[in-house]
Amino acid sequence: MSIQIFFQHLMNAISLGGIYSLIAIGYTMVYGILNLINFAHGDIFTYSMYFAFYAVTLFLFPWWAAFIFSLFATAMLGALIERVAYRPLRKANAPKISGLITAIGISFFLQNFAIVVFGGRAKSFNPQIGVYPKQFAQVITIRNIRIPLLTFIIIGASIVSLLLLVWIVYRTKSGMAMRAVSKDIMAAKLMGINTDRTISQTFMLGSALAAVGGILWAMKYPQIYPYTGMIPGLKAFIAAVVGGIGSIPGAMLGGFILGLSEIMIVAFLPGLAGYRDAFAYIILIIILLVKPNGILGVEIGEKV
Amino acid sequence: MKRLYLILLLLGLVVSIFGQEVIKIGMNFELTGAVSGYGQMSRDGVLLANKLKPTVNIGGKEIKVEVVAVDNKSDKSEAANAIRRLIDREKVVAVIGPATSSAALSAAPIAEERKIPMVVNTATNPLVAQNRTYVFRTCFEDTLQGALLATFAWEDLGVKNVAIMVDVAQDYVVGLSNYFKRSFAMYGGTFFEEYYTTGDQDFTAQLTDALSKNPDAIFMPGYYAEIALICKQARELGFTGPFFAGDGADAPELIQIGGEYVEGLSYTTYFHEDAELSPATKPFVEAYQKEYGRRADAFGALAYDAYMVIVDAIERAQSTDPVKIRDEIAKTKDFPGVAGTITYPDGSGNPIKPAVINTVQNGEFVFRTVVEPAIF
Repeated sequence: MSIQIFFQHLMNAISLGGIYSLIAIGYTMVYGILNLINFAHGDIFTYSMYFAFYAVTLFLFPWWAAFIFSLFATAMLGALIERVAYRPLRKANAPKISGLITAIGISFFLQNFAIVVFGGRAKSFNPQIGVYPKQFAQVITIRNIRIPLLTFIIIGASIVSLLLLVWIVYRTKSGMAMRAVSKDIMAAKLMGINTDRTISQTFMLGSALAAVGGILWAMKYPQIYPYTGMIPGLKAFIAAVVGGIGSIPGAMLGGFILGLSEIMIVAFLPGLAGYRDAFAYIILIIILLVKPNGILGVEIGEKV
Repeated sequence: MKRLYLILLLLGLVVSIFGQEVIKIGMNFELTGAVSGYGQMSRDGVLLANKLKPTVNIGGKEIKVEVVAVDNKSDKSEAANAIRRLIDREKVVAVIGPATSSAALSAAPIAEERKIPMVVNTATNPLVAQNRTYVFRTCFEDTLQGALLATFAWEDLGVKNVAIMVDVAQDYVVGLSNYFKRSFAMYGGTFFEEYYTTGDQDFTAQLTDALSKNPDAIFMPGYYAEIALICKQARELGFTGPFFAGDGADAPELIQIGGEYVEGLSYTTYFHEDAELSPATKPFVEAYQKEYGRRADAFGALAYDAYMVIVDAIERAQSTDPVKIRDEIAKTKDFPGVAGTITYPDGSGNPIKPAVINTVQNGEFVFRTVVEPAIF
């Protein structure tokens, strides 16, 4: 393999890893604060694409307004899911496993609802229908290595999202409340924190992050169908676990590790390319065996 | 909810008392899932056929034909469930579909075992009907398609070294790739394969590897969703040569998703509006346009043919017994299908048919030529 081709693979890997990390951040955030694995995250991700798509094609929004609309609509969807699916469980003091099962149920519901409402056939997210400017689809060539402009946008968006998130969590009052809830929800409540509102905000934030990821994903791979988010959602979950679920930098790291390994598996062992999803699971299993808390995860004793 | 069930139950009762003069034909199609485009186009074809020919004449009496659709979700195991449900619960006398080879391969043994004729519209993998007496198709086989593609690549495109993108999860793709390779090697062409799985969205690693081997063309024997993304990513990685594909490319989604990146892509298929394949083609095209307000497509055309072949066999059999229907389907000769005449040669469920080659031009599927099967 020539050095140029190696660098081409590396750029492909960064491009894929960047988008995995972006989705993983949203995943890990909800877990970090609520200890809830929100399996519906991948479907929220799908819905964000549909929101942007219909904002442009049906309501004739300009692309940037459609993106903002999608961000808000997805955040609202997240809040709605929390309100109807998770809050009642919390109120009933249901065991943790119920939350997980509910999340899977919500995921199936969202997928099937999407089939009914949006139809089973794929929609296109091409610049030709005005969903984003054509310039975004440019490809930059540096010494024969071709990098789509979108790769830079994705990485930029990941970094901005990360910084924004760190700012919200560590510098704002709601962020402080989120951290308090994550430490001890009962104590936080006793200290006068409106825990329901804080949890709702967490979901909105996580879903808005899913929307950023969703729109960028749709720009990169311009097809939207009711199951679009399933595999990316699963990969993001793996990335979050590999990096250390609950840790935001860990999610980013996990995303890049996953992107890198998926591309390099194909690059070095092209014959096994058809099985590359299996490698994501193998990485997950290895990490769980060697370092169950993930690479950047910290060991916390189970609260009694 | 309870009341709803009650009403449904009563309706069912009414139908079963007064509706005895109904004969049911099942549809086992990919209505949702990764290749729902094919299933939905196929279903529309059958619905149109049912609208134009809603009854069969048995013993001088017109009996209503009811079509029942079950979604196989583009999934192998669901396709087996779907056909079981059609046979056991819906009591159909024949089944149309699935549209894709993997799904058809898992449904076919069940049709064979229960002795219910199954006519697939577009499942082209040879194994679907091989060694089976109850499975027929209205399309050609991939042995033929692979040979046609090799001829097309060698003679029309003039390419020598071809990169093949193979979806390892699809029997159709693996098969078509093999038949292509066999014929292309006979011309003296060289080729290599890159692998992926249905539902993959990122092909940059495979394409980077492929482009390092300097192919003249990329052959994509897969399905439209992946083809569109492969074309996009290949162009972004700087590939400028021609693309070509099999009948899996034939869905409007290819152009919607692939946009300018699929311009110039050629593929073999069974049908194009502008190709006069039989006297039945033109009336079908007009009826389709009137019914759906859009151009007729290959999947719908072949599904339409599947329905008509079954109905024709029922009338000749003068019976609703699936075994007798099967025997009459097998005797079908010079049946004017809208996508070419259908004759089942002795003991085979595979008609010999011409293939159509289309090219994407200015965002439309443009008819290029009809290739008659020769000695292949």
